[in-house]
Parts: sequence; C-alpha cells; structure tokens
Amino acid sequence: MPLVYAGVCSHAPGITGRSDQAEPEVRDAFYDAFDAMRADVEASQPDAIVVIAAEHFANFFMNNMPSFAIGMSDHYDGPIEDPGWLGIDKQRVPGNAELSLRFISEVMKGSDVSYAEEWKFDHGIMVPLHFLTPRYDTPVIPVNINCQGPPLTPIERAWNFGESIRAAADALPERIALVGTGGISHWPATPDSGKINTEWDRDFLDRWARNDRDALLDYDDLGVYAEAGQGGFEIRTFLAVSAAAQGATGTIHFYEPIPIFAVGCTIASYAI
Amino acid sequence: MTLYAVQKFLYELNRSEAAQHAFTSDPDAALADFDLTQEELTALTDPDIGLLFHLGVNGQILMHFAAFHQIEWQDYLQRMRDGIAKHGPVRQGVYAMTTSAEERVAPVHEPITAPDEPSTPGAP
Repeated sequence: MPLVYAGVCSHAPGITGRSDQAEPEVRDAFYDAFDAMRADVEASQPDAIVVIAAEHFANFFMNNMPSFAIGMSDHYDGPIEDPGWLGIDKQRVPGNAELSLRFISEVMKGSDVSYAEEWKFDHGIMVPLHFLTPRYDTPVIPVNINCQGPPLTPIERAWNFGESIRAAADALPERIALVGTGGISHWPATPDSGKINTEWDRDFLDRWARNDRDALLDYDDLGVYAEAGQGGFEIRTFLAVSAAAQGATGTIHFYEPIPIFAVGCTIASYAI
Repeated sequence: MTLYAVQKFLYELNRSEAAQHAFTSDPDAALADFDLTQEELTALTDPDIGLLFHLGVNGQILMHFAAFHQIEWQDYLQRMRDGIAKHGPVRQGVYAMTTSAEERVAPVHEPITAPDEPSTPGAP
C-alpha cells in the first residue's frame, strides 16, 4: 500500500552521548520534537520502518563499497560504538528478512542495490531508533547510501534511488514508514566538530520543504564540502526521502544548531 | 602508502568485540597481518589520536577508535588539534581541520542547576 510516512531526522552521536553537555532548553525542545516524530510514526501504524542512513564504516569499507545497500535480516545488532560513549545500550533490533527480500526485489527494478544479510548498526541508525522506537518493537529495514568513502553516490542517483524506494513501498501490501537520517552542514569527527553553517542549512531546508527537485539537485560535492563540510555529503539521505515523497510539501518541525551535538538538529516530514 | 591498511585495521576493530579483545590482550599479534609502517604501528598502539588524524584516517573511524579507548570528547578534539599543530595539516582525505588552533567551536554548556542535581536523560 502507499507509503505511510516520510520524514527525516538528525543522528549525531552527541545527541544521546553528550546530552548532559548541551544547553538544557534547546536540547529538551529537540527531544520533544523527536517525541512528536515518534507519535507521527506510530500513528502511521507501520509494519516496518525503512531507515535511509549514511553509515560510518560499521559494515562497508573501501574494499567493497556499495553506492546503495539494503539489509535483509531478521535482526540487527547495535550500536557498534561503546555504549557508555553513545548513551545507548547494546540492542538486538528486529528486522524482517522476508519483507526485506520482497522490498529489495521491487527497489531493484529501478536502482542497482547491494543487499546484506548481516548488518551492524552504528549511531547513524541507533540514535534515531532510540527516540522513534524506544522499545525496539517495530521491524527495521536498514538502507545505506555511500556518503563516506569517495567516490560517493552521485546525488542524482540518490534521487532516483528515493523514487525506487517509493515505488517499492507502494507495491507491497505492508505499511512502510520511511525515515531518512543524516546531517546537513557539519564537520563531525574533526577538530571543527560543532561548526554549523545555519544559513546554508536553512536554505537547504527551504528547498527540502518545497520539495523542489531542481533546487535540491543543484549541489555539487566541492561546493558542499566548502560550505557545509564533509558531513554535508549526508544530504543524500534527505534527498532520497524528498524523491520518495515527490509532490508532497514538507514541514520543518525543528531546526536548531546545537554545537555540542555537532549538527544543526533537524526534525522534518512530508505530508504524504 | 599504507593509510588504507591503518583504516582497514581500525574498521575491523571498531565493529568487532572479538577483535577488540584480541587487540587489548596482544596488540602486536592483532596488527601482524596488516602492512603498516613503524610510524603507523606506534600511532595505533599508543594510541596517538593526533597522529592518526594527521595521517588521514577517516574521522568517523578515528572517532570510534577514540571512544573504544574511553577518551573524553573534549580531550579527543584537543588531541586532533594537537596532532595538527605538531605534524601539520591532514595528509589526505576529506576529514580536515578548517578552524584555527585556538578556536573552540563546541563549547560545553555550563550547568545552571546544582551539580548534584541529575541531568535530564535524553530518552523517552
């Protein structure tokens, strides 16, 4: 049946791991927005949540780097990171291998993807799930777009991939919720961690909310790197959700830079 | 150029508790199968976070390695800054430093509540 939910959120490890170092007022407002996103996802009554992430070398390395990958397992373990550092205990997250197989088969009609019967979650998926499915009781289908190891997935291909995901979700009888997760401008895991280009972010989110395909594809990696840092390469996950929600306009429910979380913290969704 | 091998080792270490136990108990044996220079071996076993950053280890891989070593966040950022100050700019890759050595871009919030008051947990 048609996709039941399409939204995006941040996933930076500081969101859970450095909670106590953030300014409480803005931090709590961000957590409230995450809670509201959880309520929206739950209200869509999903049979599975497809999480489009930009993983950080939990599964894929430069010996065999897929542009797109989708998990196909009945469960996934995470986080790979030290639980105390991330602020999230080790979990076994439910998946649905049989549903993944059917989903991937549909996606493959429009996009070339790798599938993976093994997949470990890092903060890129664990932080969103910590807020969105805190009881880890909804099957997850993890999806990855290569935003880390150049050459990166071209953004036009990420858009096409989002279209393939939408077609796959619509073709299945299950209720599929779609969550994209990444950073906008940020310089994570560098000495510049905490640097955020809010002007660039707000312009990007304006394009995202209008779901303006041409404006969203009017980025190149050199420009993104200069203006939004290497973390800005993760806009691919946001773009894929835009493509999946083509024709719908979006709402930015929350955007505030929180430097100790190393990203402009974002919660947004499309009215699909 | 063996940066690839450094990152491959860290990638496998970061995602495997078995590899972490092996590295902790016998680092030399854990590193034996990787084609590394002495500089890289020293950086990995010390561990020298600043040198690894300077060598061009992907920041995400390095961040997880620092977490494995229980290196506190601000200390981890400072070690990278110190590495750049000591060794020079990052040799390769996209994880570079664009700010000045003195700049602090992620200040820690000074709590306004009493120190003995528990902070709000970030979880539903």
